[in-house]
Amino acid sequence: MAYTAKIKVTLRQSILDVQGKAVEHALLNLGYGSVGSARIGKYIEVSINEHDRGEAERVCNEICLKLLSNPVMENYSFELEQA
Amino acid sequence: MHAVSSFEGVRPVMLWHGSHDLQGARAIILPGGFSYGDYLRAGSIARFSPIMQEIVEAAGKGLPVLGICNGFQVLLESGLLEGALSKNRDKKFLCRDTFIRTENSSTMFTKLYAKGEVLSIPIAHGEGNYFAPAEVIESLEEHGQVAFRYCDREGRVSDESNPNGSVSSIAGITNRRGNVLGLMPHPERASEQLLGSEDGRRMFESLFSQL
Repeated sequence: MAYTAKIKVTLRQSILDVQGKAVEHALLNLGYGSVGSARIGKYIEVSINEHDRGEAERVCNEICLKLLSNPVMENYSFELEQA
Repeated sequence: MHAVSSFEGVRPVMLWHGSHDLQGARAIILPGGFSYGDYLRAGSIARFSPIMQEIVEAAGKGLPVLGICNGFQVLLESGLLEGALSKNRDKKFLCRDTFIRTENSSTMFTKLYAKGEVLSIPIAHGEGNYFAPAEVIESLEEHGQVAFRYCDREGRVSDESNPNGSVSSIAGITNRRGNVLGLMPHPERASEQLLGSEDGRRMFESLFSQL
């Protein structure tokens, strides 16, 4: 079975997101006074060929912790869809 | 290569990232640059290159490893050093001279400096903003693992003298055992008078004198 993992990696709240800050200021300068804060992360799509969902989830967690995110400063979350 | 080859009796050898052979090296220097284009995160992919597996294992047995700039980023990603580096506080790539203060002069990389000695060594990075959780910082400080801190010409550490927003103005750290040093400033670019400073030279000299 093929799954598509839609993975989001974001900086932890305690880490200053300088890209997000720049975008936030730009939005405020554009007159969007209702904009609070902007934070920028990464979106990664990975296809995973595993027989069952549980195994695909295990692989996805593993690659997120090992390579796709750095747990020291980032969080990750993902949705698994049947391809 | 150039900076290292100027030391008598020292022969630098280039190691290929795809190889498992350390070629009997007595010390490893991971230089700066942009390994794998810095994709994903600086150093995150290089950490899994074949040669890094050997370096991690050898470092665990005490082989000296010095990581400069991107090399520091690779060492953090590989877990040889604690913490992480994120984008500079002011969003800019910074290429300029900085002053750093020697915080621990008893490591194998800093023996020829005096404690508190201020060095002029340039930086050139976009992601040099050192971060680690408070308990890790505390432990680094407690065990003398903070090797260098950004400072001003007089050695004063302040927000103004901190170029990239690093926690506690940290510019370089070692592992607990002291055989692995990572730092963002480039000692090899301050290794001869022609380059404006020779302050980085003693870092290599300290290391080589103990091999």
